[in-house]
Amino acid sequence: MLRLHFAGLPNHDTQQPPHVKLPAFEYAAPRSARDVVELLAAHRGAARIIAGGQSLLPMMAFRLVQPELLVDLRNVPDLQQIAVDASGIALGARTRWCDIEANAALRIAHPLLTEAVRHIAHYQIRNRGTVGGSLAHADPASELPCIVVTCEAAIRVLGSAGERVIAADDFLLGPLTTALTEDEIILEVRLPAWPRTRRWGFRELSSRAGDFALAGLAVFYDADDAGIARNAHVGMFGGAGRAVRLPNAEQALNGTEVDGAAVRRVAAEAAAEAEVAGDIHASADYRRSLVATLCERALSDAAARANA
Amino acid sequence: MNVVLELNGERVEIDVPPRTTLADCIRHGLGRTGTHVGCEHGVCGACTVIVDGAAVRSCLMLAVQADGARVTTIEGLTPPAGLSPLQASFRRHHALQCGFCTPGFLTTAHALLTQEPRATRERIREVLSGNLCRCTGYIDIVEAVYDARDAYLSKSPGGKS
Repeated sequence: MLRLHFAGLPNHDTQQPPHVKLPAFEYAAPRSARDVVELLAAHRGAARIIAGGQSLLPMMAFRLVQPELLVDLRNVPDLQQIAVDASGIALGARTRWCDIEANAALRIAHPLLTEAVRHIAHYQIRNRGTVGGSLAHADPASELPCIVVTCEAAIRVLGSAGERVIAADDFLLGPLTTALTEDEIILEVRLPAWPRTRRWGFRELSSRAGDFALAGLAVFYDADDAGIARNAHVGMFGGAGRAVRLPNAEQALNGTEVDGAAVRRVAAEAAAEAEVAGDIHASADYRRSLVATLCERALSDAAARANA
Repeated sequence: MNVVLELNGERVEIDVPPRTTLADCIRHGLGRTGTHVGCEHGVCGACTVIVDGAAVRSCLMLAVQADGARVTTIEGLTPPAGLSPLQASFRRHHALQCGFCTPGFLTTAHALLTQEPRATRERIREVLSGNLCRCTGYIDIVEAVYDARDAYLSKSPGGKS
């Protein structure tokens, strides 16, 4: 057996920017969620949880965050379960994207979720990145925050004060900002049950495969016996600070027969009400136009699934 | 911190500072320099290694997170003499030029074909989208991976049925 000691690369902290190597930190891998909370509380905001680390480690490499302590969830049991029952779906915080992709039951129990997960980053990242990590990170261009908001999911968290359940819409506050207090850990996300006949669509556009989306749309509705859309949900991400539902578009969709004219009308409503921002990747005008196009395509997919 | 892992079938033990990435641990600590480090923030795929059967970016994983894991690098995919069928296919298809990205492509493709020996060209393209090559372009790489599928089909139980 090899036995080696590696003291680290020389001069990490004397190098001038751009830094690439990670800043120094302490590391702990406790064996229970309760112990995680205790460590977080003791460090008063200077500790960070690490699960897959697929967003946190690049942010640390760029010195966007410099935690004193990383609390790894790798030894915490019971955070990786995927449970499907009549009341809905529960995903443990440490469920990886590849676990969702590999789960055949989920493809039927929540096809919108599995389709959205296919769009997340790259193969290697989906092998490490987690459900809880994505929610806690709250990147405005991430897929899962849009799915939890659109589907009215609930997020169960544990902190020093005990457990609480936060509605997805109250959980996401803005870019990289959530309702989690500094001593809280996400335990699971619970998505309401998904009727088999539900019509749905998911579309996003990114410059290259696996890049962050410039914008994305998740839509679903239930059709009544006459084929009229009810219970419409339209969610958008990537346009502005956080994933949001688009109530005017939902209203325009409810009560209609989803034909070409209705799809265009809903898409126009979505584009009109969407709060979009311009940045180096796309102008606000471009994003607004993109919201209309993606909404039209997602709704057309949903309507086409009715005949599939 | 002390980390014990299985590297290419060999049990190794190494003491590393927590901030050491798995990539730096493999290269500088364990002296296996076949794993290449490009962007160091999860974009280029050059540092891809296989951890417990899954292709991962070793620049986005801490060495301490690999404690107890089975890690396979390009050295572990290369037979003592000659080339693996996947490597031979890369050579046949001119799927490498400068070679910097090649270990990442090979580990990614090996993990994919081990799990999905019937991967379509579309699936191969989708999976390889996480790896950058600045020399050959991607057509030859996709063809090389596609052409290597037979070697994995015959290995997997019930593969050829």
